Amino acid sequence: MVQAGSIPIVETVAAPAPAARGRLHSAMRRRSMVGFIMALPLIALIAGLVVYPAVYAIYLSLLDKSMTRFVGWHNFVFLLNRATFQMVVFQSVLFAISAVVAKAFIGFVLAHLMHAIPSRRQRFYRGLLLIPWVIPLALSTLGWWWLFDPTYSALNWLLNRLGLPSVSWLGEPGWARFCMILVNTWWGEPFFMIMYLAALKSVPEQLFEAAAIDGATGLQKLRYVTLPMMRNVISLTVLFSLIVTFANFDIVRILTNGGPLNTTHIFATYAFQVGIQSGNIPLGAAVSLFMLPVLAIAAVFVLRGVTRRSQEAM
Amino acid sequence: MAQVSVREVVKSYEGEVQAVKGINLEIADEEFVVLVGPSGCGKSTTLRMIAGLEEITRGEIWIGGDLVNDVPPRDRDIAMVFQNYALYPHMSVFDNMAFGLKLRKFPTSEIRRRVDEAARILDLHTLLERKPRALSGGQRQRVAMGRAIVRNPKVFLFDEPLSNLDAKLRVQMRTEIKKVHQTVRTTTVYVTHDQVEAMTLADRVVVMNQGEIEQVGPPQELYHRPRTRFVAAFIGSPAMNFLPCQVRGNGNGLTLHLAEDITLPVPPDRVERYGRYRDRPMTLGIRPEHVTEFKADARAGSVRLDAGLEVTEPMGMETLVHFHLGGVPVCGRVDPLAPARAGEAMALSVDLNHMHLIDPDSALVV
Repeated sequence: MVQAGSIPIVETVAAPAPAARGRLHSAMRRRSMVGFIMALPLIALIAGLVVYPAVYAIYLSLLDKSMTRFVGWHNFVFLLNRATFQMVVFQSVLFAISAVVAKAFIGFVLAHLMHAIPSRRQRFYRGLLLIPWVIPLALSTLGWWWLFDPTYSALNWLLNRLGLPSVSWLGEPGWARFCMILVNTWWGEPFFMIMYLAALKSVPEQLFEAAAIDGATGLQKLRYVTLPMMRNVISLTVLFSLIVTFANFDIVRILTNGGPLNTTHIFATYAFQVGIQSGNIPLGAAVSLFMLPVLAIAAVFVLRGVTRRSQEAM
Repeated sequence: MAQVSVREVVKSYEGEVQAVKGINLEIADEEFVVLVGPSGCGKSTTLRMIAGLEEITRGEIWIGGDLVNDVPPRDRDIAMVFQNYALYPHMSVFDNMAFGLKLRKFPTSEIRRRVDEAARILDLHTLLERKPRALSGGQRQRVAMGRAIVRNPKVFLFDEPLSNLDAKLRVQMRTEIKKVHQTVRTTTVYVTHDQVEAMTLADRVVVMNQGEIEQVGPPQELYHRPRTRFVAAFIGSPAMNFLPCQVRGNGNGLTLHLAEDITLPVPPDRVERYGRYRDRPMTLGIRPEHVTEFKADARAGSVRLDAGLEVTEPMGMETLVHFHLGGVPVCGRVDPLAPARAGEAMALSVDLNHMHLIDPDSALVV
């Protein structure tokens, strides 16, 4: 858009007479046309991979089980009245929010510790801490699953060594939910750490020095300088992570597959169970679409705040 | 209000050369001291050690009678103005200035009063609600100064505060800083690499070079009686001319022999001082303003010198002339009405009453 608008202006300056105007208009049309054609592969890709599935999912969610009859909101109403689904909503929210809070907090602390390490060694530790994020989640979750396994649990072996009783990690709803959150935190925290570290590095050192001279203690520097300077990065990472965590599938699928008694199902795994395994694709689509409006509204607010603040920054 | 003492202070970085090599400096109460020197001379490091932002490797720093070696910056009762202003971008001008007072739990009315007072001194009262982003460079600099003033600290520290401003604004802010100091009279340590800033602001100038203090003194003294070649070359713009020469006896007097068989007589009152450097290779230092157009009624000690001018630079109030003498470039300052034209010869006069003789071995002015 910008290109299509600005280039003809330059040409107008150069063009001597109204006679050139007709040609200019066609040039403008031609340029925007060229631009559109150049962008077309990407537009097609997005349309094919994002817009089409999204629209198709919405369409599916409005059909009945046999996918022959349009039933309107019926699938959603049905879900809302179902106790299992109410549990899934609760579990998804619990899972996503506690995992994101834990990831954000641990990432924040780790980023600060990392920032304090001199640069040469820092690179090594940074690489080390990124490992959980780099390993395919399905594989590393298998490793965790083995740690939690009722018969061979290495964690229980440790507990027994310390004279403590074994824990049924994945067999009790409370522990099973804890394990999901733990694994998700372990996996996602490096992302927060790296983002926060980058944000920390971009805060001018002189601001901290000025605050030190102004009389700020370490905690006050954190509150009055670091946090305000990192607010944009924090809100963006939290938003992004919230979306990804709400959509998480691998961890629950591998660790508990929703059990015991559906107490660990979250949207994605429940949608998979209802839609694919039980063959009710429209209902599954309805499950997976459930968080869309909430997340969309959250995204609008967060992004609006980010835009406002980035205009403030120098 | 306080005096500052820097005693035998050394700063060395891990495995590297010393940045500051055991300097001593006594700064009196209410004094305005400027540390000046080229980049890497240790002046900023010294300032940052006084601020407590750098650890001291060896030595002692005293502020107002207290040894502050192990006192963190926030307890030293100092205020600092940074080169990049270091304003908090998310706070308004008012909050930026009030931040230090808020942290120290001053009552709101007192904070209001002090910020208003500083805003009045610095002409900032219409900008108090703005964010730093909405300010010009000069305004940001004033806010940074305001932040220092409201604290009413024992010592002001300035770290190259004007080097991010354009030339015109720099001159304006220089005056502003001087005015502020005349109003609040707080002991001030100011770091700059600009010798003009140093000369115009300081009660005393400290010239530093390679981690050591070359000379400390009032601006005039440094200008007229530099102790080392470095100070002679660093202070003054355009810089002093340095010409290799030899001191030779000539009856009761002495003469300086320059290249191209140019001989300049040493003024009689300096003969005794320079006598012991007879027949040694020395360096003659002479400032451009003592190389002027030749006048018939010149006073004793002035010597005529004919030179082929290479470049002339009319400055308005004077004209700078450049020529070579024995392969060494020389700059002179002549009256704008004098007939100075590039490519032509001109009769110049060298006033040796203001000469400096430098021993090239020790680089000291003798």
